Amino acid sequence: MSDIVLKTENLTKYYGGVHALEGANFELRKGEHVAIMGDNGAGKSTFVRQITGVEQRTSGRMWFDGKEVNFAGPIEAREAGIETVFQNLALADDLDVPSNLFLGRERVLFNLGPFSILDRKFMRKATEAALVRTAVKIPNLSNTIRHMSGGQRQCVAIARTATFASKLIIMDEPTAALGVQETMQVENIIRTLKENGEPLILISHNMRQVFDLVDRIVVFRRGRIVANLRKQDTDGNDIVSYITGAKTGQAELAA
Amino acid sequence: MAQTSHGVGGLSYDAKRRAWPAEFNVFLALVILVGAFELIGRVFLGDSFLFNTRDNIDAIFNEARLQIIILQVSIVGIIAIGVTQVIITGGIDLSSGSIVGATAMIAMSFAQVATVNGNPNPKAMFIAQGWTDLPVIVPVLVAIGCGLLAGLVNGALIAYTRIPPFIATLGMMVTARGIAKWWSKGQPISFPTESFAAIGKGLMPVIIFISLAVLFQLILSYTKYGKHCYAIGSNEDAARMSGINIANHKILVYVIAGVLAALAAVVLSSKNLTAQAGMGVMYELDAIAMAVIGGVSLSGGRGSIIGTVIGSLIFGVIISGFTFLRLDAYYQEMVKGVIIVGAVVLDQWRQRLRAMRA
Repeated sequence: MSDIVLKTENLTKYYGGVHALEGANFELRKGEHVAIMGDNGAGKSTFVRQITGVEQRTSGRMWFDGKEVNFAGPIEAREAGIETVFQNLALADDLDVPSNLFLGRERVLFNLGPFSILDRKFMRKATEAALVRTAVKIPNLSNTIRHMSGGQRQCVAIARTATFASKLIIMDEPTAALGVQETMQVENIIRTLKENGEPLILISHNMRQVFDLVDRIVVFRRGRIVANLRKQDTDGNDIVSYITGAKTGQAELAA
Repeated sequence: MAQTSHGVGGLSYDAKRRAWPAEFNVFLALVILVGAFELIGRVFLGDSFLFNTRDNIDAIFNEARLQIIILQVSIVGIIAIGVTQVIITGGIDLSSGSIVGATAMIAMSFAQVATVNGNPNPKAMFIAQGWTDLPVIVPVLVAIGCGLLAGLVNGALIAYTRIPPFIATLGMMVTARGIAKWWSKGQPISFPTESFAAIGKGLMPVIIFISLAVLFQLILSYTKYGKHCYAIGSNEDAARMSGINIANHKILVYVIAGVLAALAAVVLSSKNLTAQAGMGVMYELDAIAMAVIGGVSLSGGRGSIIGTVIGSLIFGVIISGFTFLRLDAYYQEMVKGVIIVGAVVLDQWRQRLRAMRA
């Protein structure tokens, strides 16, 4: 059981009378890349918000990295090693790339409380190394995020999660707003993460992308997990049937 | 070779095409403004705005005018240093003028002499308690304490009750003005000790203004505090998600702004040798205007102390220029209003232009 990174049992979230998520049993193993698919309102983002501590679950249990956990907030989840790339990129537009990468965990030369002197050289070097490692291409590190394309921004956000990684990376539709080339760049980063053996949960609507990148596909429908399939045991039509409800019932891994 | 490959991942960029700092544009505006006054002066008055035209004085520049330009903005400039930091974090501080008034009254009452020309000081507030002729450090510390307290209240209100900074500091503006009037029941407080009077003597306000500006520019550029100011101003949610303690940071920013306003009060009351309840009225707006003219974005995240200093000089040049052209003070105020709005409009245009180019 030691190779299980994340496990949830009966994870449930009600918003008042709305059952957004019901009895989600989910497992993620070391080095595994899993896609979460489903229609809008199927419970994908709700699921992510519960495991990243952004919201508090109604009931259910969760284990991360071998321990049972109850995150009080997103910062606790991050400190435990869950890095999330949110749909609304958590970047500061007016700061440059190194500042964004190290935002909230700046490296300092002298510790003077809030007035600690920043180690700008180190952070710049570390940023360059991090971008090379994730194969991100940014022309000028000193440019502020405001002056970058959507793809470059997304790459910076992903490079940030990968730099401090982290035992688990979660990406919520990382390419939804990107062009073809930018999407390719982000997908390449995800492949690099796979090669480095970093576990990842990818929320995506893009069937081609999902089949290209991940090992396993989990389908949500109406707040429940309706399918949990290895990539080679399924195909696009099959997945669409589960998403739309044409096929029902809990499809389990034939393992 | 125009192409330099400092980029990551084999990409190259043209280092020469880097966007020049916003401060440069502000400086350009200052130069143009001075040039305009110089030109108008030469053509219509036959006098120079910038250069010395009197034969009996051996100088290239009109030093007296230059001194006045910077001296008259240095006290509000000290406030503007704090206001700049508040605006960068996406806030606003309307209370600084009233903090100046209240602090000047309270601090001055601890800086009074016991006897004036051999007679007991008629204005001394604490003569009965014997708190006269105190060392200069006492009123200065009292002032810093006042600024700290006012800033703490501002910051705590904004950070914990989540009311808009506009409202919180508006409340402080009215309250602090009330305190300024209540402190001596509206009476001016005068006759400070010589050492207190020395703080604002001659060019001391300028020296204090420039030293504080340099100090806080360094803090903004090189410390965690500075980085977090910009981060919170440009994306507060991102800053929170990154683990920055937003509440603590905001409180610190307003405390710094309060203390700087208090220091301005010390310099002002020392320079004037008296404190009155009406001191510092509208200073908050002048300070905000200096920051905005200096390129500090009211939507937060952008700006610098250097910009604000140049902005304050633009302010000073306008006032001196109008005096030089012998125009009435009414026009000064009208033009000041136009320039403040103009600076914000220009900033918006610049941002849109840049966004289009990127």
